Amino acid sequence: MKILVTIKQVPDTATQVKIAADGKSIDTAGVTWIVSPYDEFAVEEALRIKEKRGQGEVVAVSLGPDRVKEALRSCLAMGCDRAIHLNDPVWSAADTLTTARALAAVVKQEEPGLVLCGRQAIDDDMGAVTAQLAEILGWPCAYWIMEEAIDADGKSVRAARQVEGGLEVFDLPLPAVLAAQKGLNEPRYPTLKGIMGAKKKEIKDVKASDLGSAPEPPQLSIVGLQALPPRPPGRIIQGDVPTAVKELVRALREDAKAI
Amino acid sequence: MPNAFWCIVEDDRNGSPKKVMAEVIGEASRLAPGKVEAVWLTDKASEAGLKQLAEWGATRVLLLEHAALAPYRSEVWAAAAAELAGKEAPKAIFAPVTSRQREFAARLAARLGVGLAADSVGFALEGDSLVATRPVYAGKLLSKVTWAKSPWVATLRPNVFRPAEAQPGKTAAVERPAVAAAPAQMKFVERREEVSTGLPELTEAETVISGGRGMKGPENYVILEDLGRVIGAAVGASRAAVDAGWRPHRFQIGQTGRTISPKLYLGFGVSGAIQHLAGMRTSKVIVAINKDPEAPIFKIADFGIVADLFEVVPELTKEFKKLLEK
Repeated sequence: MKILVTIKQVPDTATQVKIAADGKSIDTAGVTWIVSPYDEFAVEEALRIKEKRGQGEVVAVSLGPDRVKEALRSCLAMGCDRAIHLNDPVWSAADTLTTARALAAVVKQEEPGLVLCGRQAIDDDMGAVTAQLAEILGWPCAYWIMEEAIDADGKSVRAARQVEGGLEVFDLPLPAVLAAQKGLNEPRYPTLKGIMGAKKKEIKDVKASDLGSAPEPPQLSIVGLQALPPRPPGRIIQGDVPTAVKELVRALREDAKAI
Repeated sequence: MPNAFWCIVEDDRNGSPKKVMAEVIGEASRLAPGKVEAVWLTDKASEAGLKQLAEWGATRVLLLEHAALAPYRSEVWAAAAAELAGKEAPKAIFAPVTSRQREFAARLAARLGVGLAADSVGFALEGDSLVATRPVYAGKLLSKVTWAKSPWVATLRPNVFRPAEAQPGKTAAVERPAVAAAPAQMKFVERREEVSTGLPELTEAETVISGGRGMKGPENYVILEDLGRVIGAAVGASRAAVDAGWRPHRFQIGQTGRTISPKLYLGFGVSGAIQHLAGMRTSKVIVAINKDPEAPIFKIADFGIVADLFEVVPELTKEFKKLLEK
């Protein structure tokens, strides 16, 4: 079975983000980039499916500028067989729908049996591309999956999705789209052999024109970014524990009216 | 009605809207007074639930009631809602952030070919446009976004927007449009309920207690649960505690867990790593208890006590009990 995994390169959580001169994007100077953590769960699950079935191919796909190759390379080092890089300046203001449309065009060319995505990318936290990709393809979709099992003949997948208060289990006919939640697996670290091998694997550059149609203008656009308003300075309550706790309870009740 | 603000109903799967709907309807009413419609996709709605939506301020309820709409499947919901949106031409489609509404809103927006602003924390009408504010980059920045065309689809972070006050006796026209439910490709197998802690759900709770690395082990969370029962709080954990295997992932607060925005957050032995702050920094009042005076969480806390949490928690439980018994 061929499995397509969509990934996004994002700033590392610990990285400082500064607003760029345009006021709408971040200044990328000095930013450490990583594969979005949820996408690593998706990559790991795809690799496990391939290993369990003893055959198949795992293809990593990402949309973004040249730097994204580094993220795709780390997916190849984890064990993906090849990668597709949607790399075209016309996508620089892509919203989730533009991205989903481009990915759907790749899916139509590649015809995978399963698409795995991460629950959301940790830069803009939109969490929409997976569902939008499924909609464009007309495929079933399960969000926030905690476990999955493909049946022996590769016709359907049983997936457990996390919902408030429990898990809901569904059988989805393949092809289908699944969004990985934390807890699905523990992603592997690339081995030295994997890292060396990744250098020889293919990363195919794809332009918008290779996908057959010009991208439509984004439906959602960023007006501007702004820093968080600072929180008012806090107060460290002094004194021994019983005294400090009494004062805390009083302050929460009378000053903050929070309880 | 054309140009209405739709509020997609999140319910308890037993015919009643969740109270987060008061916030969604409240915000829609602020933006578009008198034009707020509740759209409810369900297999069973209760009369009490319909009345509740009207009292919160929905002027009209569009009830899509069909057995195929439960359990929730995005493919079925998006098709049914999009068909109705085609006839009704709403101006905006709002839903609260829950696991299913996040998926549904995204799929519906794609079907309608419009933009989606997920997990929004603020809205402003500017001329003929709507501008949404959403936290990005681990909550370090706020992004303002706008739509190229309507309907403006958005999901709203719980506990952020001012809830509508129920107006007893207020009524709404209830209409039941026919639902052409497409046969679902996904087949429901089973639902596995979590063992209930008897405490509120993390993302819905008005008060949240969080235990971090300082809890020292899984056996100690019971003292937080005792405190939780006294003040009606949910109990969550930091990533460090979840990764150590002390709590299941569903209790994790932070970037790779749940995003919460309670009225009161109490962190015990939580250091305040950026990825934790990403999931709780929009909390209204933040209290930090940590032995380490240098813990980063003190930088965003409104109140802090530098002390051993194992001394503070029992004392706090006792004091809150006294206060709430008054």
